[in-house]
Amino acid sequence: MTSSLHLWLIPLVPFAGFLVNGLLGRRFPKALVTAVALIATLIPFLQVANIALHYSSLTLPYTERVATWIAAGGFHADFAFAFDQLTLIMLLVVTGVGFLIHIYSAGYMAEEEGYWLFFAYLNLFMFFMLTLVLAENFLLMFVGWEGVGLASYLLIGFYFAKDSAAKAGKKAFVVNRIGDFGFLLAMFLLIAHFGTLSFSEVFSQVAQHPEWQGGFLTAIALFLVLGATGKSAQIPLYVWLPDAMEGPTPVSALIHAATMVTAGVYMVARTHSIFDRSPFALSTVGIIGAATAFFAATIGLVQTDIKRVLAYSTVSQLGYMFMACGVTAYSAGIFHLLTHAFFKALLFLAAGSVIHALSGEQDMRVMGGLRKKIPITFWTMTAAVLAITGAPGFAGFFSKDEILYQDFLSPHGGKIIWLVGLITVGLTAFYMFRLWYLTFFGESRAPKVAHDDHSHGHSHGAHESPWIMLVPLIILAILSLIGGWVGVPSALGGHNEIQHFLSPAIGAPQEAAEGSRSLELLLAAVSVAVGAIGWFFAHLLYFAKPELPAQLAAKVRGLYSLLLNKYWVDEFYGAIVVTPLLLVSRYVLKGLFDTGVITGGGLAAGYATQGLGSLVQRVQSGNIRSYAGWLALGAAALLLLTYFGFGTHLLFR
Amino acid sequence: MHLVLFFIFGGLCVAGALNLLLQRHPINSALSLIVVMTSLAVLYLLLGAEFLAAAQVIVYSGAIMVLFTFVIMLLNAGAEERTHGSKAAYLVGFPGVAALLGILTYIFLKQSHHLGSAKLGGYLVTTADLSQMLFRDLLLPFEVTSVLILVAILGAVVLARKEH
Amino acid sequence: MVPIAYYLVLSAILFSIGVAAFLIKRNIITVFMSIELMLNAVNLTFVAFAHQWHRVSGQIFVFFVMVVAAAEAAVGLAIIIAIFRTRHTLDVDQVDLMKL
Repeated sequence: MTSSLHLWLIPLVPFAGFLVNGLLGRRFPKALVTAVALIATLIPFLQVANIALHYSSLTLPYTERVATWIAAGGFHADFAFAFDQLTLIMLLVVTGVGFLIHIYSAGYMAEEEGYWLFFAYLNLFMFFMLTLVLAENFLLMFVGWEGVGLASYLLIGFYFAKDSAAKAGKKAFVVNRIGDFGFLLAMFLLIAHFGTLSFSEVFSQVAQHPEWQGGFLTAIALFLVLGATGKSAQIPLYVWLPDAMEGPTPVSALIHAATMVTAGVYMVARTHSIFDRSPFALSTVGIIGAATAFFAATIGLVQTDIKRVLAYSTVSQLGYMFMACGVTAYSAGIFHLLTHAFFKALLFLAAGSVIHALSGEQDMRVMGGLRKKIPITFWTMTAAVLAITGAPGFAGFFSKDEILYQDFLSPHGGKIIWLVGLITVGLTAFYMFRLWYLTFFGESRAPKVAHDDHSHGHSHGAHESPWIMLVPLIILAILSLIGGWVGVPSALGGHNEIQHFLSPAIGAPQEAAEGSRSLELLLAAVSVAVGAIGWFFAHLLYFAKPELPAQLAAKVRGLYSLLLNKYWVDEFYGAIVVTPLLLVSRYVLKGLFDTGVITGGGLAAGYATQGLGSLVQRVQSGNIRSYAGWLALGAAALLLLTYFGFGTHLLFR
Repeated sequence: MHLVLFFIFGGLCVAGALNLLLQRHPINSALSLIVVMTSLAVLYLLLGAEFLAAAQVIVYSGAIMVLFTFVIMLLNAGAEERTHGSKAAYLVGFPGVAALLGILTYIFLKQSHHLGSAKLGGYLVTTADLSQMLFRDLLLPFEVTSVLILVAILGAVVLARKEH
Repeated sequence: MVPIAYYLVLSAILFSIGVAAFLIKRNIITVFMSIELMLNAVNLTFVAFAHQWHRVSGQIFVFFVMVVAAAEAAVGLAIIIAIFRTRHTLDVDQVDLMKL
């Protein structure tokens, strides 16, 4: 039996950091704020690392019950934390990458007003995310789920004076809410059918009833998928993620690349027992993943803001993770989650470094020629680009190819998903190298005047970021290189450690009969070739012949405009959902109901009382004779009642 | 005999009361009221309450009504104009009065066979009988009443005093 | 042989006239006199019942009513004098400071 792991400390230390910085940070000197925030993130990381080091002495799964929360009749939900292999991987990602990003932020946000507030929010986010990952039941997970949505809203709208940022924060929260609604419905169904929300109890009940297939399990799974699409920015609820780039770049790196958006994937992997019983839900997940991956990649092809490209890239890569889960290759999805955290966080942080170097410029059309000026940023970003495009040996290669291989093997239409994924590999390579070339190569297209979105008083040209920002970049670059080596498949001479590691928690994918090493090698070679084609076109259009893109855009004006305007999805949602809602709210609910019924009701009550009062007031006239009159009447009535009893009304029948 | 006396003096009572109602000048009303008091005294005699009859004449007609007359003369109250100060008094009051009268009359006449009749000399209460009850069983209320009168005198003196 | 009911009806009539006078008259002193009339009507009722049930307590009650009425008359008239001194009117309708 393992001794207590004190899991409750892991979320609680960042929460304490949030309280200290939130309540007192305004008065602290900047160094103290930084110290509090970094310590509040370092301690959980060290604790998780310690647990990882002693992994062999643990018996898993391990649960820790902290306190009773709800005990109502037969229903029971506790503040309880659970730990297994899946949790360990998620914890390492969240605390590790989180800590690196905290260090980076100390440099990036150094000149900001509200420095203390930023770190307070960041610690709050860490608290909720860790609660989500460590939760032992759906209810506590939902607390974390909602909480990260809240932290995301606070951080996206951090530059609250900027209208677009505030709107983006609101949009993120509202769209997330729709997903959360799905999660809630799933929880209600779980309570109805299982009577409990604890993971272990639900999953053991499912395991004991192999005859439960589809039906209500499909319903639960589909609602969970709705929640996942909201949090992980898949079709149809992805629209908030590109707008979320209004937040500071470290926020984009942490929340919208490495951790929060992966919560949906984590949730699907955690509840895999339910999904395994519902082929319909699984295909839904797979189709959504594939469609989103392709769709987002096409939009990313033509975007001009460096962070937008990365945002759509995130949506696309999350689609890959969903594609993996859709064919029950959950460990492949989690593997990609791990590698994606490394290279996507690195991409964002490096982009932040570029933006910092250019004093706030984010438009790639006015970048260029930065390779020599900010070399460390350049080399780390190159590592990330190679990782995401699946260059052999880098992290993304192993994880993406594992997903594509599992998709290809899957019996029901898996090959179509594989094909979509393969095309997306090409698109991914194209837009990532496009970004790379536009930012770092060629002549500098920057105008001589500096913008001051993120200005810090420097007026000289592009300069390298301070070391506090570069060290996390370097660490993440190393991880992007070696991070995939935990999942080298046997076809390439490895032992696929990560799949074996995760199999007690989330099962191994069903090994189809046609699988073989040679097929895996073949598929890997195909995807590398497609990636190379993508790189070639990017090289052609953005390095060799830079005048070509404009000509091409002019030739396919309609398609180009469609992609540039993100397929007008936002406008579509605005017209179909937002505008009617606003109209109903403004005219029916506010005009009719709120003003009429509620305010009117209140006023009517007031007037009625006043009216009644003024009527009754007339009795108090001060005139003795009128009093006498009323007295006489009263006396007569009393006499009547006394003699004839209380059935007097019958007298007058 | 009894009946005739009853009707005469009863009628005198009612006439006096109506006169009180109808007269304009308060002094006339006061004098009508004296007539009512005295007729009532005779009615008490008919009912065998000889002490009360005497007390009625002495206290009510002789003292209280005289007091009223003095105050009327002191304040020099003139004849009053008949104006309508309060609608409520008429609208609500008269139905009330009518109802009162109607109900009471109805009740009394309905129950008249239960009530029996009065005979001249049927039940005579002498002063001795009265005082027996008063000074033996009801001594405390009697003493308290004297205190009450004392308080009333003091009150009247204080209230009617001229302010300096 | 007069039925007691006749006495009672007479008293009811006197009482009603008293109430009516209270409602109609404007002079405070007249109003006060109508109160005395009402009290006397009630006295008659008590005496009639005392005769019927052969009980002295009815007449004792009348005794006390008389005493109280006397005291009340004294104090009430003193109040009327006080009112007259301040308000300079004996009109009941004009003494209405207690209205809302």
